[in-house]
Amino acid sequence: MTIPATSRDTTTPTTDIATARGAGGALVEFRDLRRSFGTTRALDGLTLTLQPGEMVALLGPSGCGKTTALRVLAGMETVDSGQVLVDGGDLRGVPTRRRDMGMVFQNYSLFPNMTALDNVAFGLRVRGRNNAARRARAGELLDMVGLAERATRYPHQLSGGQQQRVALARALAIEPRVLLLDEPLSALDAKVRLQLREQIRTLQTRLGTTTLFVTHDQEEALSMADRVGVMRGGRLEQIATPGELYARPSTAFVAEFVGTMNRLPAEVVPGGIRVLGQVITPVDVAGRSVGAAVDALIRPEGLTAEPVEHGSGIVAHKTFLGGTTRLSVLLSEELTVQVDSPSVHAARLTIGESVDITARDTQVLVADPTGPSTTR
Amino acid sequence: MAPDTRTALPPDPTDTAASGKRALARLPRAAGALIGLLPFAVYAGLFLAVPTIAIVIGAFQDPDDGGFTLNNLEIAFQGIYLHGFITSIELSVITSVVPGVLGLVTAYAVQTSRSGALKRAVSTASGVFANFGGVPLAFLFIATIGSSGLAVDWLKGLGFNPYDHGFSLYTFSGIALVYLYFQIPLMVLVITPALEGLRPAWREAADNLGASGWQYWRLVGGPVLLPAFLGSVLLLFGGAFSAYATTQALTSGSLAITPIQIGTFLNGNVLAGQENVGKALGFGMVVIIAVVMVIYSVLQRRASKWLR
Amino acid sequence: MVAVTGTGTARTGALAASARRSWGRWVVLLAAGVYFLVPLYAALRFAVQTPTGGISLGVFGGIPAQQGFADAFGLSINLALVTTLITLALMVPTAIYVHLRLPQVQRLFEGITILPIVIPPVVLIVGVLQVAPAALKGTPYLLALEYAVLAMPFAYRSLASGLQAMNLKTLVEASRSLGGGWFTTAFRVLLPNLRSALLAATILTVALVLGEYTMASLDQYETFPVWVVVFDQENAHVSVAVSLLALIGTWLLLILISLIDTRRGHRASTPGES
Repeated sequence: MTIPATSRDTTTPTTDIATARGAGGALVEFRDLRRSFGTTRALDGLTLTLQPGEMVALLGPSGCGKTTALRVLAGMETVDSGQVLVDGGDLRGVPTRRRDMGMVFQNYSLFPNMTALDNVAFGLRVRGRNNAARRARAGELLDMVGLAERATRYPHQLSGGQQQRVALARALAIEPRVLLLDEPLSALDAKVRLQLREQIRTLQTRLGTTTLFVTHDQEEALSMADRVGVMRGGRLEQIATPGELYARPSTAFVAEFVGTMNRLPAEVVPGGIRVLGQVITPVDVAGRSVGAAVDALIRPEGLTAEPVEHGSGIVAHKTFLGGTTRLSVLLSEELTVQVDSPSVHAARLTIGESVDITARDTQVLVADPTGPSTTR
Repeated sequence: MAPDTRTALPPDPTDTAASGKRALARLPRAAGALIGLLPFAVYAGLFLAVPTIAIVIGAFQDPDDGGFTLNNLEIAFQGIYLHGFITSIELSVITSVVPGVLGLVTAYAVQTSRSGALKRAVSTASGVFANFGGVPLAFLFIATIGSSGLAVDWLKGLGFNPYDHGFSLYTFSGIALVYLYFQIPLMVLVITPALEGLRPAWREAADNLGASGWQYWRLVGGPVLLPAFLGSVLLLFGGAFSAYATTQALTSGSLAITPIQIGTFLNGNVLAGQENVGKALGFGMVVIIAVVMVIYSVLQRRASKWLR
Repeated sequence: MVAVTGTGTARTGALAASARRSWGRWVVLLAAGVYFLVPLYAALRFAVQTPTGGISLGVFGGIPAQQGFADAFGLSINLALVTTLITLALMVPTAIYVHLRLPQVQRLFEGITILPIVIPPVVLIVGVLQVAPAALKGTPYLLALEYAVLAMPFAYRSLASGLQAMNLKTLVEASRSLGGGWFTTAFRVLLPNLRSALLAATILTVALVLGEYTMASLDQYETFPVWVVVFDQENAHVSVAVSLLALIGTWLLLILISLIDTRRGHRASTPGES
């Protein structure tokens, strides 16, 4: 598959997600959103559709516009042009408080002067539900997030993870059409983060609420979302299921942003490429002439390292990851590749040992060469 | 409380009581190390504790024979002296609550603006004006709302002379107006950190959950800010209550507030048998301010818990 | 569902509300500006008015020549210097000691240094005059001794923040391990690093003394502020002019302090300290 130099816009979303769950969420559409802050273009033609009940993660480096997109949906940011539609209704002119969306912020969003229960009940209170009804519902939700026995605690008496769970319960209490998550796990410890990931996903699936989730942590995005949209410079580079994104990235940026990717200098041959001294076919080289210089993008699990005398590289570093060990192999002064090897084999390799690298029968992607090779 | 020539804010007594208790528990072991505090302890003891104790003792002492008596206190809380206390408290309440509200509004107006330059200008200005007081301030206002002051001239030009309607710089209302000049900036200084402690996420969350602006302030913003606001007002109260120089410079002692009355005991003619009433008055002042400070530190502790 | 793509900012409820807020904000700030600046202008105008109705800046130049000014100002400066010496000599070692040896007492100590604020100066002077020996009462330096007490909280706060920003314990241990005695450590290591805190404490103390009226007038010494009030009987224009200068002087001093603070803030890298 050839990767074009320009980015491609959104692919067609899968509709079976909505039918698999009950109707619970709304249909959300972004149409060609544009927004600039001064000379910076935060949103540059963002078009995206969220199916009812779907969880979509927006992933990207800081400044890519993902948070702006979320806040536009929430009504906290305006757009210069473009439309935001929920269930077919244009949200232009609708203030935040009438959009019926639940939002979970990064941290410190619980009202400090209220107990957990009162926090969760807040949305119901401003909607005029009576005391008993809202306390009951709030209690239900706290139970759902596993904090029923902490209902009477104040935010400063709760841990970070507990606070975020209360924040989640609070957002869900109003039965929102859309759930918005603004990097909700970034401020938490690693272990708590993992626990919460599961909990959020389970709740979201159970309730079937359409969810937009912003994060810079790709592991989070890939493990939680139905579809992941990679953003850069205010536009969507690619949106696909996690598996698609990993195996069939549509642009070089996506390929290198998601997971680790080796970038090796290669040459086009009929039907394939020549890289690392071997010819690999078939590789999609459409539009390129034979003999042209390109960069080959290969995942670490797509390479093997075999100890030989006078091999093409030297083992520079070993990182034990459990069943797999990641080897850093120095091919030349400027070229280091990451190779994933089963730890059983890797244990036999020593630092400084000479090895030969071969590409396995695997997905190899081709991109335009970009100067000194880097591995991400 | 703060000297008229206040030059910086009083330190924040947050958590003093809690850590103080812990510190006291550890004292026996650290007793040796406490020697290093001796010079300070001696100095503070001599020049702060001794005069204070002298006042407390003197308040209960009969000036003729040195025996214990409640006579001084009786006199201190009756008649013109009671009137003095009441006037003092009235003045202090007005010049703490009004600037409290005005200062809060001003601080909020500045804090919600997006101009960094404005914020810096106001913060330096507040620091400066909060330290005005006493003598120079008195003269500034003589030139402004004295009987031939600039503002009075302007009003006269519009056909209205406030002095004809009972207003005078040298009475209660005039003095109160002068106090505002340093009380409002002091309030701005003290309440700004609290306002900055109001996280934008709270407002956004409230918005998002459907609350109107009024609902947000009523249910979240107001309650969270209240301890800090009350504490600041108390601070202002203490400062106004202790103030001496401004009023003395303006009225030469004709406005009967407690600090002025205490002053007359040092220089003025004192009725026989009442020599120690001034100390009783002083004792009363110290008690009132001590109570205020205790409530203030409790409120500060609550405020810091929520506005961390 | 008609597609209406517009250019220009979409006005949501939030934007309209903030537009309203900004109008209110300017009203508030304007009112505040008027209230605070008019008296300054009024004072300036009054000060430069001559009896003949004209304007003259000569009133400022003529201040030093006024009767009693030199003595009063000199006395105030004198007292300021003595007070500063006493305050620093007392508070610097104490602050260093508390931060070094008794960190657990730090909070309690901060509370103690607030005490002078609880005792109003007018009450303090009554107590002082009650118990002071006649010899002390006869000299103005009694005031200096008490001014040091008034200055304590502010001096301690300055020093404490300077000490916290400089990793006291580490520096002292480094100096001692390299062989430095207490003297060396104090004068070559600690004090140079406390320069800006010392300067701030000094400025605060001097400003306090130069402006203190209550205790000086009740102790019947004609310091500078006392002189200003007394002189008002004779020539109000001069008193007002002097007051203006005093205010501007305070202003400059405070700006100086904040400049010192910002410089210190850039050098010290401890987060959250100022």
